[in-house]
Amino acid sequence: MAKIDLFRRPMPKQTPKERIKNFSEVALGYTPQLAIEEAKRCLQCKKPLCIGGCPVEINIPGFIKAIAENNFPEAIRIIKEKNSLPAICGRVCPQEEQCEKVCVFVKKQAPVAIGRLERFAADWEADSKTESLKAESQNNSNNKKVGVVGAGPAGLTVASDLIQLGYPVTIFEALHEAGGVLIYGIPEFRLPKAIVKREVEYICKLGVKLFCNFVVGKTRTVDELLEEYGALFIGSGAGLPWFMNIPGENLNGIYSANEYLTRANLMKAYLFPEYDTPIKRGKSVAVIGGGNVAMDAARVALRLGADKVSIVYRRSRTEMPARLEEIENAEEEGIIFEYLTLPTRYIGDENNWVKEMECLRMELGEPDASGRRRPIPIKGSEFITPVEVVVVAIGQSPNPLIPQTTSGLEIGKNGNIIADEKTGKTTKKGIFAGGDVTRGGATVILAMGDARVAARSIDEYLKTGEW
Amino acid sequence: MYRILKREELVPNIHLLKLESSHIPLKASPGQFIIVRADEKGERIPLTLADWDADEGSLTTIFMTVGTSTQKLALLNSGDTIPTLVGPLGLPSQSENFGTVLLVGGCYGIASIFPLAQQLKKKGNRVIIIIEARSKNLIYWEERLKEVSERLVVVTRDGSYGYSGHVPDNLKKILEEEKVSRVVVNGCTFLMMITSETTRPVNIKTIVNLNPIMIDGTGMCGVCRVQVNGNTKFACVDGPEFDGHQVDWNVLLARRHTYIQEEINSLSFWECEKYG
Repeated sequence: MAKIDLFRRPMPKQTPKERIKNFSEVALGYTPQLAIEEAKRCLQCKKPLCIGGCPVEINIPGFIKAIAENNFPEAIRIIKEKNSLPAICGRVCPQEEQCEKVCVFVKKQAPVAIGRLERFAADWEADSKTESLKAESQNNSNNKKVGVVGAGPAGLTVASDLIQLGYPVTIFEALHEAGGVLIYGIPEFRLPKAIVKREVEYICKLGVKLFCNFVVGKTRTVDELLEEYGALFIGSGAGLPWFMNIPGENLNGIYSANEYLTRANLMKAYLFPEYDTPIKRGKSVAVIGGGNVAMDAARVALRLGADKVSIVYRRSRTEMPARLEEIENAEEEGIIFEYLTLPTRYIGDENNWVKEMECLRMELGEPDASGRRRPIPIKGSEFITPVEVVVVAIGQSPNPLIPQTTSGLEIGKNGNIIADEKTGKTTKKGIFAGGDVTRGGATVILAMGDARVAARSIDEYLKTGEW
Repeated sequence: MYRILKREELVPNIHLLKLESSHIPLKASPGQFIIVRADEKGERIPLTLADWDADEGSLTTIFMTVGTSTQKLALLNSGDTIPTLVGPLGLPSQSENFGTVLLVGGCYGIASIFPLAQQLKKKGNRVIIIIEARSKNLIYWEERLKEVSERLVVVTRDGSYGYSGHVPDNLKKILEEEKVSRVVVNGCTFLMMITSETTRPVNIKTIVNLNPIMIDGTGMCGVCRVQVNGNTKFACVDGPEFDGHQVDWNVLLARRHTYIQEEINSLSFWECEKYG
């Protein structure tokens, strides 16, 4: 029995002072030695809870044992049995809410750093340029074809699972690059785009056909595709940004987080004018909202040269939905947090550019339906503050293009496609859905978990024909 | 990659771009647009469809050179490729037998009203077209438009050809002569605005095909939001056609100018890189 080691190895990072001046990745990853040390802390529980905490059920003790034994090829092989996107999940999964939350060391505040180890194994494989799983085109000419709408985390996972089961798979992606939110939403400094590219290439090497610049609902409808494909999986994401509908919100300089991040990430506006897409580099930037997207937008603004970036959130730090790690990163970098504050209107200059915003201070009342304490405006607490750029990051709902153009799909009140949790089946025969288009705005790994479930039931449906 | 079948400067600064596409022409309707990128570092820009041919597998759009993206497109020739072509986007124009429909086109809109005129004529409408340009040498597609209309009126601001002046004066005259049930305007924002203001007092339904800045064109980013009848709409998915009497033109004009300085910088940077 190994000695209990409660020192959770930190991951080397760029210093805040350094990193706010570049778009390079903040966290640098474990060295092999750090990875082995951390892996050795795992107790290899007989009944490991961590596997159940993982939406895609990776054999976590298995791959950690391989790392501890310095057998990195085996580690990545075990991970890839269940997860085709490990370099991504190792970076953006909320492990503290999932696998690490149920680690036996959590009571000692020192759960094994499962996410960091997953990332290490995936990066090691990329660096060593060996692919543990032989990516071979599958012989799948006899099977029914599967169509996948959207090349985000859900779509890529479903495609990877089904191609490995022998189905010919085609992905239709609306944007000019595959990856969905991994490409347009999550910034380079948190998830380098080269990594997404690498994982997409891997899936294509398995034989998945990828059509970019193809908007399902416009270029072809779901109903039309269904004539050609045995089954369809819809993973079109949550692409309809919300605004607060307060006065002045259409002034110049006010962005949705989707627009701000798409300009910066997908269109590479941080490299303007080398790249053609511009973005406003305001000196003072306010980001409205308290989720991961808000943290991303604020940290992008800082790297674009803002002197003052604030996160304006109507509740307090405790209620913020962002991952703790992201909040801490933002705090370290000097982002100002205006808690218990709600914007009520924007004031423009003579050219229709936002110059000020009016806010109200809030106090917390009783918990609401979400279980979080409800923010209540404090009467007479209005104040006006100058601002050059505003990013509205208060959430989004599913893109309506597919629901609007597909017959027989039941849609929820938030525009989400209704799908059975256990099978991914929608109300229309042959059509499955998962990820944000059904959830309305969740996480990468939950989308991948949905996709895994759907892949299993697509396989069953295509074999039996039973709905 | 998407192949260019033809690129031609029709009149100074206005180009025709014909692209190879097997799938977009099968679904295209009048009023819709495509999004293209000229190269891997390029912006995504929306261009209104001016024609398409499903048998040939081609589509045609017309653009005016203004910034980096359109300058880049203007240098392409048949056989060249572009990395992004997506569509058809936006909702199609409403098209039924309205009676007499008056179409107004300026700039690229001279071309983009063509498919609508063709369709409206087929549906039994009396189609009247007004096209407007600064001068005679900027008028194009006159013959094509004659074929799809009962009456074609050319207006040049300098009086070098056809009627002299602006659209509103000439539009007023036509409205006195004809019983028009619907007006549709394609072209620059200013033309759409002044035309809408002309038809407002006489209460003739006026549809405008708006042209705000866009990125994805599928409702994802919200940059194309416009204010219509006090509500925020996304031009890419709720439009691009709206009732011109309900559009807040000030918001649209201001938002179109968001990156005016950056556009100048981008163009000089590109010209330096390109021509030294």
